[in-house]
Amino acid sequence: MKTSSTTAPHHNSGISLARLFQTSEAVRGYTLLSPTLLALLLGLAMPLAVLFTLSFWIQDYLDFIRTFSLKNYIDFFQKPIYGKILIKSIRMSGLVTLATVLLAYPMAYFIAFRIQHNKLIWLILITVPFWTSYLLRVFAWKLMLGYNGVINSGLKTLGFISEPLEFLLYNPAAVMITLAHAWAAFAILPIYVSLEKIDRSLLEAARDLGENAFITFVRVTLPLSLPGVIAASLLVFIPTVGDYVTPSLVGGPSGIMIGNIIQSMFGKALNWPLGAAISVISMLTVALMISLFLWGTQSFRRKVA
Amino acid sequence: MNDQRPWWRPDGFLLYAIIYLTFIYLPVLFLPLFSFNSSKYIAFPLKSFTLKWYHQMVNSPSMLEALLNSVKVGLIVAIVSTILGLLAAKALTRYRLPGRGSVISFIMIPLVIPEIILAISLLILISQLDIPLSLWTVGFSHSLLCTPFAMLVLISRMEGFDNSLEEAALDLGENGWMTFWRVTFPIVLPGIVASLLLTFTISFDEFVLAFFLSSTDATLPIYIWSSLRFPTKIPAVLALGSSIFVISFFVVSFAEWLRRRGIKLESTSGI
Repeated sequence: MKTSSTTAPHHNSGISLARLFQTSEAVRGYTLLSPTLLALLLGLAMPLAVLFTLSFWIQDYLDFIRTFSLKNYIDFFQKPIYGKILIKSIRMSGLVTLATVLLAYPMAYFIAFRIQHNKLIWLILITVPFWTSYLLRVFAWKLMLGYNGVINSGLKTLGFISEPLEFLLYNPAAVMITLAHAWAAFAILPIYVSLEKIDRSLLEAARDLGENAFITFVRVTLPLSLPGVIAASLLVFIPTVGDYVTPSLVGGPSGIMIGNIIQSMFGKALNWPLGAAISVISMLTVALMISLFLWGTQSFRRKVA
Repeated sequence: MNDQRPWWRPDGFLLYAIIYLTFIYLPVLFLPLFSFNSSKYIAFPLKSFTLKWYHQMVNSPSMLEALLNSVKVGLIVAIVSTILGLLAAKALTRYRLPGRGSVISFIMIPLVIPEIILAISLLILISQLDIPLSLWTVGFSHSLLCTPFAMLVLISRMEGFDNSLEEAALDLGENGWMTFWRVTFPIVLPGIVASLLLTFTISFDEFVLAFFLSSTDATLPIYIWSSLRFPTKIPAVLALGSSIFVISFFVVSFAEWLRRRGIKLESTSGI
């Protein structure tokens, strides 16, 4: 490619423009990219810009007052409920992420290192439950934890309880269990991929040099699989922090998350600008948490490796 | 399996894997169970075996219409996002682009924004532009969400692609389109099939964007969402969910069979 772009010196500007198009990799590449980039500009950059703008407007019955105002942001910080729910959501999603990744790691490790044949079968086995509709998977936990649900009926049949336990459903713990279940596959697959990529001779070398299995894991396997762990954490944390389906099905009043608040601003509460402001603040907070997390994992990596 | 395991360390990993699989399978397995239970309440104890919910499912026009809507949207989304992903993947693997990293991050943004925020941003824009909500707006939003997935699948297929094959075809006098059709396309085909399947699946199951961006035409997840509030409608929904599960099982098995057959053909023909 490089040779063809430098051989012919062009004099005529008309020809050179055509030639530039044919030979310049950047121009051809971006031409090919342009439909995708255009779609994303239209469907992503513009909406986010509009969201940002709207967060500075004020709701006036069914219309907006379109002059710049900080009212929504002031509202957010004056009414502690929004901030509290945002922090609670981040804490809940953080715990879900931690639990999901910790539970997924040994499973991914098992498939990557202990299974010699038919790894694909194991991977398919893990993804099969996730072909069920997301909504029905969440509903399944209502079935597990509900008043006449699986756990209560089971415990009753076994004689451990005489009356169904009512505290199982409609609380933050139910939301977190359901989320940890719903996103399990998203944690296993990236961790598996990063473990699978590790050069086995590195592990043998560490063992040959006299390190025991645990030290080998901490100093070689774990740091090398960190990209997978990071990807898994983000893949679970980002969608769960904004989820409103799970909290509204199994969370009850005490289990609501920031997604429910945003949804209500665009529904019953009908205050789009405030909803937009809450979204902007949530997005910035989530971005901050992610940066902190990435910074933390990077320094961990440098310390160990 | 590792044969040199000392006697004092039984395979804890295998045990763990079994417990883990139980955890992810158990709740989901109760769904088909209740689709065959004759009580209309989704609770224990079970009553008797019945197929009436499957009859109800087939005779529910609103449910079937929602299913059809989801299939329609899913097909269009699969095609649009795979084309957009293919163009992007081609450009990113074939050419040395300045700003490659930023382009990739930009295309990946839909994956790192909570869906509800993507949904309301699009809702605001669409309402400000006075565009009526419909299945088209749902399809548009799904295509945005699916394009990064399509691109990732196709990039991983194209990364090993040998550019000299294309150059050879061009040197032999094929034009750009024929080169694509006869050289590039067959090699990338498995990636395209994977991308179509993946994006269709994502769109088919997507609820949040569809909830905010549709009007009266419901997609299947919207129908499911609204029936979860009416206990009497749930058994038929479970029947549909179980049917879809069985169908997707066969589709995936078929795709896997095709893939293996493809590998066998490739290895016998020496490619």
